[in-house]
Amino acid sequence: MQPIFEVRNLKRAFGGLAVTNDVSLSMAPGDRVALIGPNGAGKTTFVNLVTGNLTPGSGEVRLGGETVTGIDAIGRVRRGLVRSFQVTRLFLEMTPAEHVALAVLQRDGRSGRLFGNFLAMPDVMDEVGQLLGKLGLRELMHRKVSEIAYGQQRLLEIAVALALKPKVLLLDEPAAGVPQSDTGRIEQALADLPADLAVLMIEHDMDLVFRFAKRVVVLAAGAIIFDGSPSDVTRDPRVREAYLGSYANASHAA
Amino acid sequence: MSMTTTNEMIGQTPVRRRFGASDLIGLGVIVALAIVGYFLFPNNLALLTRIIAIALLVLSLDLVTGYCGVATLGHAALFGAGAYAAGIVSAHYGINDPIAMLAFGIAAGAVAGLLCGAVILRAHGLPQLVLSIALIHLFHEFANKASSWTGGSDGLSGIAPSALLGLYEFDLWGRTAYVFGVVLLVLVFAILRLIVRSPFGMLCRAIKEDPVRIRSMGASPKAALMKMYVISGAVAGVGGALNAISTQVVGLDSLSFTMSAESLVMLVLGGTGSLFGALTGTIVFMFFEDVVSAANPFHWLTMVGALLIAVVLFAPKGLYGTAADFLSRRREAK
Amino acid sequence: MQTVLSIAIDALAYGMVLFVISIGLSVTMGLMRVVNLAHGAFAMIGGYIASYAARDLGLAYGFAILLAVFGTILIAIPIERLLYRRIYGAPELTQVLMTIGITFCIIGIANYVFGPTLKTVPLPAQLQGSVDLGFRAIATHRLFAILCGLAVALALWYAIERTAFGVKLRASVDNAAMAAALGVRTQIVYAVSFAVAVGLAAFGGVVGAELLPVEPYYALRYMVTFLVVVSVGGAGSIPGALAACLLLGGIDTTGRYLMPEFGEFFFYLAVIAIICVFPRGLAGRTKG
Repeated sequence: MQPIFEVRNLKRAFGGLAVTNDVSLSMAPGDRVALIGPNGAGKTTFVNLVTGNLTPGSGEVRLGGETVTGIDAIGRVRRGLVRSFQVTRLFLEMTPAEHVALAVLQRDGRSGRLFGNFLAMPDVMDEVGQLLGKLGLRELMHRKVSEIAYGQQRLLEIAVALALKPKVLLLDEPAAGVPQSDTGRIEQALADLPADLAVLMIEHDMDLVFRFAKRVVVLAAGAIIFDGSPSDVTRDPRVREAYLGSYANASHAA
Repeated sequence: MSMTTTNEMIGQTPVRRRFGASDLIGLGVIVALAIVGYFLFPNNLALLTRIIAIALLVLSLDLVTGYCGVATLGHAALFGAGAYAAGIVSAHYGINDPIAMLAFGIAAGAVAGLLCGAVILRAHGLPQLVLSIALIHLFHEFANKASSWTGGSDGLSGIAPSALLGLYEFDLWGRTAYVFGVVLLVLVFAILRLIVRSPFGMLCRAIKEDPVRIRSMGASPKAALMKMYVISGAVAGVGGALNAISTQVVGLDSLSFTMSAESLVMLVLGGTGSLFGALTGTIVFMFFEDVVSAANPFHWLTMVGALLIAVVLFAPKGLYGTAADFLSRRREAK
Repeated sequence: MQTVLSIAIDALAYGMVLFVISIGLSVTMGLMRVVNLAHGAFAMIGGYIASYAARDLGLAYGFAILLAVFGTILIAIPIERLLYRRIYGAPELTQVLMTIGITFCIIGIANYVFGPTLKTVPLPAQLQGSVDLGFRAIATHRLFAILCGLAVALALWYAIERTAFGVKLRASVDNAAMAAALGVRTQIVYAVSFAVAVGLAAFGGVVGAELLPVEPYYALRYMVTFLVVVSVGGAGSIPGALAACLLLGGIDTTGRYLMPEFGEFFFYLAVIAIICVFPRGLAGRTKG
């Protein structure tokens, strides 16, 4: 299948130290890829290079066949590359309904409208209700975000990202910091993601990785050392070496 | 606690932000206050008109500071631009129709807003604040030096607005000016209520909380803030033009740092991020000023300073914000 | 050539006075992250005290300076305790409002106590007249101001780079929480820095009284000048502040010599241009 998202020979160095070294990656619609790697492997830098918050030294990022390396972060979002944040970055004084409505309006190019209120726009409210309903947030849609539980805030992060109708979704540790009792809800939301969406999930929690991903990419010292099926990842000698046993006990999960 | 119990607990929350009713009440309150003012101070309509003009400036400041989180000490630049534009077209070009003067004031305010926004939004934090102060001084110096246009430190005189709509002369008592001002305030207030609750208003509130997050949703915070600055400039321009038309003179003080700082004080006194807060702050402050500064202008500055410190320490949400909080807590307790 | 030299000397003297007054602001801003609009007001208080001591009480110039520095610190201590403590870590707007409120109060009180007129600090005989440098004579007072600026810069450099207190200060500027975890008593570092900052402001206010005349609106008139030194130089950076002061001193003085009519206009224009070009300051070391 034609790749929807492609990274070719991406390089970036900070003061001589190659943080991202010749990384190439390709994803097709519907892919579920997990990006893992030990601390300091360069995952954050990689995400920033992909989203356009950092400029690569060389290499290119392609989105739906178009080279977006020279396009800024906002332009990439508008072309369908959307990310969620590891630490929830929501607008605490605003409601879930407002969050999703803002994303819907932004996507349709209506966020600059000076009149009307989304509460009175049936098409927007339909979509807001549907999205929040799917994630079990419908009852809370008019509460302030600062008043809802952290697990629900994580779900709202996903809702906002989905409302932008992305082609490629970068999920940065979607379950980070969520109490054990609530992770099921988030895993369900991940399982329910649109089938044609390409998802790249950056995750530490190997259990989640093995349940979610059809493919695992391992980043270590700025380079991709493994790109293959989840069942092979823990058997790979280079991966084992990179982790130096820190995730050795994860092998029983495979 | 698991999510399901939380859901049940707050399940029946009613829809917040019902629209329509509160707007009509707000407009009704403004009109009622205007009528009361008219009969209570028939000999002081000039003061009331000035309060309206300043209220427009404070509303305009609320748009960028309260709704977008831009701290500025140079907002009088937009007000002064409107005042001088309305004054200059009348004094130098013989355009005396008040509506036309108003239009020039709005346009000049919007242009000044564009200019100030383009400069101020280049930086953040302290440099942003310094830019805003430097800008208002720059505007002030410019108006001072361009005295053939502005009258310099003597002020711009020779403004002679003709009858409003060809029917109502601007009388000595200031009745026409007052009614004109009230109508403008009501119109602007209604428009701003629409804008504040529109998708664009929502976008601005989100930018105030986290501009980085907004970028990752594909919206440009800077473009939105520039747009808000232009709107804010137009509103301040209405206030400036109203001031020029009603007093028929424009002084350098309308482009001063003190005016900028005072408008910020009024906004904070009433409560940022709320149009009613902006109005409340202006009315309280202006009446206070009228009483105290008549006694001694130097004590006045001390009083403003003390007032400001007191608001920061004891009512950080401002008079209106604190009252509204109190009421909503009372309602929730029931 | 003569004009160029005169401008250079005046610019240097003016820049040094700016430096003495604003360096304390820069350090406290880097340290406590407080946007302090009232800093100029402390310089003004220093000027008033010195003027009162030297002119009305007839005290010696040096003694008047000492009195101004310690008097201003004494006045500042309760203000810091009661008001500034409340706004450390508060949003920027809150800090702006509080410190502008303090400024207004001080202006109003100064006006009430000393009246609206200009106050001079009479110079002793040794500082009047001029010094012949061989190729040209310069006003002794200008030389004195320049030397004071250099002395302050050197003393601060020594205090910050070479003393135990300096280590604690730098650690606190870099990361207050970390410094506290390592056993630095940041509260004391804050208090000492604030006192030194206010003292230096007062010192600069007295020494610079010839160049920045003492009157009630002093605190407002030069507010932007002091703030711009910090935002151009970068909060907490001594070389940055020095560079910014000399640059701004040069621009302002040149403007006043060459275009006295439009001096201030070009000064503010330059300020805007500099910040637009360096939104993070010359030293570029700003956080948040």
